[in-house]
Amino acid sequence: MTAHIPAPMTAAESALMDAYAAQLGDLPGDGAVLSARDTLLSELKAAGLPTRRVEAWHYTDLRALLRTVPTYDATAFVQPVEPLTAGSAVLRVLGGHADASGAPEGLDVITYAQSLLDGSAAGDLAARGDEDAIGRLNGSFVRDGLEVSLAEDSVLAQPLELQIVQSAGQSHLRFPFTFGARSKATVIERHLSQGDTASLISSVSDLIIEDGADVTWILVQEQGASDTHLGQLNFELGADAQFRLFVINAGGKLVRQEVHGVVNGEGSDFKLRAVNLMGGESHTDLTFTLGHDVPNTTSTEIIRNVVFDRARGVFQGQIRVAQDAQKTDAKMACNTLLLSDDADFSAKPELEIFADDVQCGHGATVIDLNPTHLYYLQARGIPEKRARQMLVNAFVDEVVEELEDEAVVAALEGIIETWLDRHA
Amino acid sequence: MLEIKNLHARIAEDGTEIIRGLNLTVKAGEVAAIMGPNGSGKSTLSYILSGREDYEVTEGDILYNGESILELDASERAAKGIFLAFQYPVEIPGVATMQFLKVAMNEQRKYRGESELSTPDFMRRVKEAAAELKISPEMLKRPLNVGFSGGEKKRAEVLQMALLEPKLCVLDETDSGLDIDALKIVADGVNALRSPDRAVIVITHYQRLLDYIVPDTVHVLYKGQVIKSGPKELAHELEANGYADIIGAAA
Ligand SMILES: Nc1ncnc2c1ncn2[C@@H]1O[C@H](COP(=O)(O)OP(=O)(O)OP(=O)(O)O)[C@@H](O)[C@H]1O
Ligand SMILES: [Mg+2]
Repeated sequence: MTAHIPAPMTAAESALMDAYAAQLGDLPGDGAVLSARDTLLSELKAAGLPTRRVEAWHYTDLRALLRTVPTYDATAFVQPVEPLTAGSAVLRVLGGHADASGAPEGLDVITYAQSLLDGSAAGDLAARGDEDAIGRLNGSFVRDGLEVSLAEDSVLAQPLELQIVQSAGQSHLRFPFTFGARSKATVIERHLSQGDTASLISSVSDLIIEDGADVTWILVQEQGASDTHLGQLNFELGADAQFRLFVINAGGKLVRQEVHGVVNGEGSDFKLRAVNLMGGESHTDLTFTLGHDVPNTTSTEIIRNVVFDRARGVFQGQIRVAQDAQKTDAKMACNTLLLSDDADFSAKPELEIFADDVQCGHGATVIDLNPTHLYYLQARGIPEKRARQMLVNAFVDEVVEELEDEAVVAALEGIIETWLDRHA
Repeated sequence: MLEIKNLHARIAEDGTEIIRGLNLTVKAGEVAAIMGPNGSGKSTLSYILSGREDYEVTEGDILYNGESILELDASERAAKGIFLAFQYPVEIPGVATMQFLKVAMNEQRKYRGESELSTPDFMRRVKEAAAELKISPEMLKRPLNVGFSGGEKKRAEVLQMALLEPKLCVLDETDSGLDIDALKIVADGVNALRSPDRAVIVITHYQRLLDYIVPDTVHVLYKGQVIKSGPKELAHELEANGYADIIGAAA
């Protein structure tokens, strides 16, 4: 037996403990919520921030990477912005404060602060497991968010934008969403930053997608160059339901976005499409786990990564197919364009298959820009920088174009172009 | 307009010399045909003119309007008016044809200090040029050259040429893969570009194209050199007798 000698706390760890003590009387919640928070914080304190020795965090040593924690600032000023696509309904969380007004018909919305205060949130706060540092951090500090449910058979004609804007300090948010049976909606979870001050954001979205529902969720992360973004999206997919998840990471200094899904209704289909744009000295991690727990379900994942400068990227993808989940069809592909000698990308795709009659596969590639393509564009008068940009754009645009809504496609293409303009 | 002097060039990667002391002069307003056996260096010469970095010039010079272009990269040469219609046009998935055309036209205009084209103006130009070349609007909606047939790719090259209005046009076997009607359409397209301030270099194996695009001069390239130059009748002679006599005489 080896004695466990806890390492001394890092500056960030102490800052988190101090922050909790400082906010103790101020964090919303009834008795049950407050004791759930205490549990999470003591777990966090005991385990510390995860290091590379924790398997799920092997490529993102949070303890080493999270150097400082900005102090909570309830007054940090932010301004609402126009929605990504004109005509969207918008629900805003500005500087950590959610506003439940502005919901279209068919949607039931309350703030998460309210659920914390009345105690109905207490049951949701527990961590996913021992390696769930994001869940612990978020559950300890969460102050607000939006709890939304879409009624059975309701169809949202326009996308719903969750506009989450932060300028400084910390924000810890939750977004529990229930999509009723046979409902249909597109939701844009959009994280934005204003100003150059470093912020720490944790955001957990819990999605329940009931039988026959058809949901497109677009997660757009455009934090500032010094921000830390810790995101988690959990979903459960019912029978004959369709869920398309699109993730675009185009910002942040230290980013970890987790996606954890359980497919537990037959005949359902899940698609993950992700574009990770990385530059500067940033670190961006997309970690994905999916459980196919019932027979006859399908999933595909396509991850496209573009890495410039000295940026580091990570993709971990794990698909588990349970013994009963016969006829599962699951395909995962991770393609990376490395654009500098100092850029780095680690991909760890995994399949764990316990059923025998399945179609599963995964592949990971790392490529460079095709020199013949570059030459052809240049031979038509397009300068090298612009030509490179066009080819990088082509590499990621293939997945963006899969989205059906043309306005959404145009908006995302705009984000990608703006990002490439700054980094290419 | 173009003066190639004692040009020696090799493949950058392995140092193999392909162009071995080549001389060629093409005047403004002239149409020059380059012929020669397979593997003699015709495409390589066209790549070097366009600024492809896979080849290294080791000796000699290329003067365009009296100035050496060896230090310019491919995009600068293109913006200065040099255009190569490729023997094998490249498919680029993910790059929309229309977007490509617009960026290319505007980047060239920017380089020359001209204002960008408005979208309606751009659309009108593309529509007109495409109609002349019998290129369907559906083709233009696809990614660049992706899934185009051999002949469609060649027509798309000529469309780009018509839109970019270059001063020195190099057509590398643009006739191969074209059906008889398309050949006429493409030749008409090239002839429409003929003007006193423009030069055209046509690389071809066949007299047939030269019946439509009648050259002022014909040059035979062999083992990286121009071994014979002459008037348009030289092409007839080659058609009738092949290269053996000329190669023999040059040896
Ligand atoms: N990048 C390269 N790598 C290897 N060999 C090359 C390369 N480029 C040219 N060559 C060689 O140089 C020679 C000239 O080729 P080029 O394509 O210029 O001939 P060409 O005259 O255009 O022939 P064709 O009439 O068949 O089109 C050939 O032997 C070819 O194999
Ligand atoms: Mg050739």
